[in-house]
This record gives sequence, C-alpha cells and structure tokens, in this order.
Amino acid sequence: MFSILRKIVKTGHLTEKLPTHDRAVAQLSTTCQTEIMRVFGKSLSIRMVDAGSCNGCELEMNALNNSFYDIERFGIHFVASPRHADLLLVTGPVSRHMQAALKRTYDAMPAPKLVIAMGDCGADGGEFGVSYASCGAVANVIPVDAVIRGCPPTPVQLLQGILELLQRF
Amino acid sequence: MNTHEKNLGQLAAPDIDSIPDLLAQAGIPTQELPDLKGSARCFLIDAGLWGSVAAMMAKNSMRWCAVWGEHCLPEIYVTAAFAARNGHLLFRAIVADDQGELPSQTPFFPAANRPERYLQEMFGIRFTNHPDPRRWMRHQAWNENQYPLRKDFPRAGTPLEETPPDSDYPFIPAEGQGVYEIPVGPVHAGIIESGHFRFQAMGEDILSLEEHLGYVHKGIEKCAEGRDVEGLARLAARVSGDSTVGHAWAACQACEYAVGITIPQRALVIRAILAESERIANHLGDIGACCNDVGFTFAQIQFSRLRELWQRQNAAVFGHRLLMDVVVPGGVSRDILAAQESLLRKGIETLHRELETLLPLLYENPSLQDRLRTTGVLSPAKARERGVLGYIARASGESWDLRRDAPYTPYQRKAITVPCYTEGDCRRRVQVRGDEILVSLNLLVTLLSDLPSGEVVKTLPPVTRDCSGVGFIEGWRGEIIVYVHLEAGGRVARYFPRDPSWLNWPGLEEMIGGVIVPDFPVCNKSVNGSYSGHDL
Repeated sequence: MFSILRKIVKTGHLTEKLPTHDRAVAQLSTTCQTEIMRVFGKSLSIRMVDAGSCNGCELEMNALNNSFYDIERFGIHFVASPRHADLLLVTGPVSRHMQAALKRTYDAMPAPKLVIAMGDCGADGGEFGVSYASCGAVANVIPVDAVIRGCPPTPVQLLQGILELLQRF
Repeated sequence: MNTHEKNLGQLAAPDIDSIPDLLAQAGIPTQELPDLKGSARCFLIDAGLWGSVAAMMAKNSMRWCAVWGEHCLPEIYVTAAFAARNGHLLFRAIVADDQGELPSQTPFFPAANRPERYLQEMFGIRFTNHPDPRRWMRHQAWNENQYPLRKDFPRAGTPLEETPPDSDYPFIPAEGQGVYEIPVGPVHAGIIESGHFRFQAMGEDILSLEEHLGYVHKGIEKCAEGRDVEGLARLAARVSGDSTVGHAWAACQACEYAVGITIPQRALVIRAILAESERIANHLGDIGACCNDVGFTFAQIQFSRLRELWQRQNAAVFGHRLLMDVVVPGGVSRDILAAQESLLRKGIETLHRELETLLPLLYENPSLQDRLRTTGVLSPAKARERGVLGYIARASGESWDLRRDAPYTPYQRKAITVPCYTEGDCRRRVQVRGDEILVSLNLLVTLLSDLPSGEVVKTLPPVTRDCSGVGFIEGWRGEIIVYVHLEAGGRVARYFPRDPSWLNWPGLEEMIGGVIVPDFPVCNKSVNGSYSGHDL
C-alpha cells in the first residue's frame, strides 16, 4: 500500500494546459468551460460509435482520458447510453452492417443533438471509400455538424475540433 | 522470468523439412509449387484430399493457421497454411468456381470453423462435413447467392439504400429453468469497436458466450484490388489501427518476396524497431485497461501515462503517434537520425526504470491478483485446439513466436525469450504482456546498437509478370499472415491479411463458461481481439 501511495505522490500532477504555442487553441482552453456552460448547461456528454473504423481513432479517443489531457476537467464525459448524450462522435467509414445501428443510436439521442465525424474515414470514407460493404462518409448516413480530419486525429486535434464546434452556437 | 522450457505447443510440432517425407508416407501425392514466394513451402494437392491432409497435419501436431481463396476464372485457388516447429507450410487445391467443393478441415482443426464459413460466403465454395452450416461474416448487405470476392462481383455491389439490421442470426439457445439471455452490442458502452456478444446466463454465472462479428466489415480485400503497392501498404496499415506496423510490414514483405527484391538492412532493422515499439505501446495500454476492469484504477492511470509518453516519443522519432505509414514497400519512409536515436535510448531507459517499480506493484498486490487469478481460464488443451496466438497462447502453455521459431531479418541470431505459463487466466495474460515489454525493451537496445548504415528504402522494380508472395510477421497480438498477388504492371490482384484475432476470438468464447457476468469485461480486455482485423 505504501509503495502505491509513494508512486502516486512521486508521479505528481501531469495534466497539461492546452498547447500554448497555438494561440487559437490556448484561447479555446480558456473559453471552453464557459461555452459548455452556455450551450449545454453544465457539461457535455459524448456517445461514441465505431461505425467501421480500424480502431486507430478509438485509441486516440481513449487517450483523451489519460492524465495529460484529462478531458473531464472541461466537463466533457463519454457516456454509455445515447439517451444521455448531447454529442455523437462517429468513427470509421460507415459499414453497411453498422448503418442501422448508427441510425438507431442517433435516433435514440434527445434533441438538440450534435454529430461529429471523426477521422479521414468519417469525413469522406478515407482509404475504404464507398463499396458493397461501406457507405463511406458518416454524412451519407446521418446529418453531420462538424468533421475532424486526421488519420487518426491526435487527442489535441480532437479536443480542438470539439471546442470549435461548441463555439459556433 | 518464469519460463517453462518444456512447452506443449511449438516443440511438439515436427521440423518443416520432415513434412515431404511424412506426406509421402501417408500416401498423399503432392507437387511443390515454386511460384508462391516467401519463407513457406507450398504444395499443390488434389481437392479431394483437402480433409485427409488436415487429418495428417493434426496427427503430427501441426498448427492450423489460415485459409484463403482467390478467383482465377474459371477456377478458385484455395490455400491453407499450417505451422511446423520452425516454419510454415502451404497447401493449395484448385476447384471449379461453379459448384466447387472441398472437404472441411474443421473436424480436425476447430480453428478452421469461421475462416471456412467466411470463404464459403465470399467465394461460393461449399465445405462438406463442416459442423456449422450458419453464415458468419454476411449480414444483410448482400444476399446468399452473391459472392463479393469473385472477380465478376463489382466492388460497388448492389446494396439497398438502407441495409436492414441483422436481427435474425441463429444463436444457439440455452434452455432450462432460470436461464436467460443477455444481448450486448453492436454498440458497446465504452470507447471500443462494434460487435455483438450473446450470453446465456443463470444468475450471475455465464453458461456460454457466442460472438457475432462482421459489423465492421468494410470490404478491405475487395478495396485492395487494382491498387499499386504503395496504395496497398496504406490500406494494410489500416486493417487494424493498433497493428499498423505489423500489417504494413507483412503486406510489404509479401510484395517484396513476390517481386524478388532484397531491401536495405537498415530499413529492416528500423522496421523491427517500429514493431517492438508498437508491441510495447499496446501492452502498456492493455495492462492498465485489464487492471481498470477489476477496479484497480491506479494501474490504469500509471500505464496510460506510460503509453502516452511512448506515443509522444513515436511522434518525435517517426512523425506519427501510432507509427502509421512509416513502413512502405521497399523499406521505411523515415530514417532514424542521431538526435532521434538518443531520444529513443532515453525513452527506453526511462520506461525500463518505471516498470521496475510498477510491475512488481501489480504482481504483488493481493486484491488485484485475487481478482485476476483463476478468472477466465483457457486451458492448454483448449488453447491448442483453438490454435490461439500471441500472449493468449503463451499464457496457456502454447509458446509460439515467429521471431524465435521462424525468424525473419533482422531477428535471426537475436536471443528472444518467449514468456510462457500454463495457468491460462487473466493474471497470466497480463503478466505475459509485462514480460514481453521487458523483452522488447532489451531488443530495442540491441537493434539500435546493430543499426547498419546506408539507405532506408529501395524502389521496387517494375512488375513484368504475375507474381505472388506470402508474408509472416509476429505482430503484437501474434502471427500475422498476408498473401499478395500482383499482376503484370504492378496492380494488386488479390490481398488477404490474416489477423491473429481470427484465432483469438474463439479463445474468448472458450474461457468464459462459468465466469460471472461482471468479469466478462476483464476477460475480453485480456484477449483484446481486433474487430476490424477480423471483420476486414
């Protein structure tokens, strides 16, 4: 037990300010909490759906929860049910086998709701495009409010994309 | 490190060079095929003997690896891969594309069950004696009389505007008083890929688990057809994002074998540095996540911290946090400069020091070990029967590792310790990962010291005639097998990647009987199959 506590104390506080070299992002950092308060009341709940990704986007999404990014400090949570979600974050080209599941998840969300297509695949189908098995871009299946490009987008790009969308409202 | 030398799997299998004699003794006429390039030996056999060959392979403790098809009008070439102690063996049979059939290998190797069903629905070959007549990958996006990997099936297919949900997959029901069913997915509760699990449970105990995958099938193999080799490498890097190095290397290796090019030594060493880095990043993430699933968040915080630092190092040295598109046909797209080398060395040293404190903390924490021990046991017998790979196999007495058993450059003459345990529970699957990180860190130091000078990429020669190759790479999840056929002119005629998840997913089903429902997440995480790598 003592060794665990010692390690925790020695590790210290790691959470980083958003990169200051990019003034636009730094500004987002200061405004984001007020934006979330203004648009959604207190917090932003995100439901993610992998509609056919290679799992690269999921790895970077998971990284948002590590101590360096600590996305919860902004009041942003990933939630288990679409019924609790304000924002749907979709990865991958939409496989035809996921088309109905994605639509149902979208329909299950309460309005008002936002949709972000994450990654180059979500944006335009990426390497996989449209085929017998793939519908391509997320926008081919449900209405999309914003696109965050990248293969995969880095955690900072992802956070930046979410905050930029909030500022539009 | 507690390594059992007398492992059950790899050492029980025969030497690759003894196989032709064994085949002759069994009265199986074969013809060696020289046109499939690579490290494996390939034999053409009569289609009628497809099952007998499998029976003979099973009798001699060979491991079943893969089966794939290729439509070469008016025939379909079917190729199966088996592993001997120190290399691979391929068998090819040719059947007519019109009502072709083959005796199933599943009665001798349960591992062949799903791959044969997949082949059946993608090419229209019938497997006789197959114990499970149900479809596997096909949901409702195409019908049972359409075969997407045939050459006459257009890439666009003929899909409906809206593909209906696949709500009538015939799961095997459990019956009896108090038995109930829990459907989970395709959309799961966390940040993970999509797939469906069907549990039959009684009280808290799971009686059985059945997986229904294929939700993220996006037509990767069809998508590869007609690409050039660079395009193929980009696609291969996205078969499973967490295995981007492994899959890209295997695809490039197959192409390089096919065209007969030797790539620069420096490029091969850098590829190995990338592969070991990928192994370390994924194992770090998994160790944290497994502990998190039994409520030990300390480990999750610590290991996700180490993973993040490692990914940042990837970005600083190779320009990409997940190392995508660094492996390219003919070599690698980025060299390691002196400054980056010292960065890497520092990172290796730091991680080593951190793990010296952290790993014992996990192994010696009684409440954590109490939750992981005896949870989700995959017995050595079941592990062998299912042909599972990588850390799952090594936790259950099956010690296979291509880097040691059938080494490809630059792994020859490297001392590679392969951890192996026999308990087959979540604790061992976590521990194998910990052991493997340490082995990889040591390997990285050796590889950096051995880094030869010279070029890091060589242009592939023009492809003047049909050629094909098979690549074998030990990815972080286990053995990756890739078949590539290039046409004259250099376009891809056929690409087939076999991710280890094909063989590891059924292992999850086997370990789940008797586990309580709340322990499913940790068992699932300890296996960490790739949905994308399986669904293709």
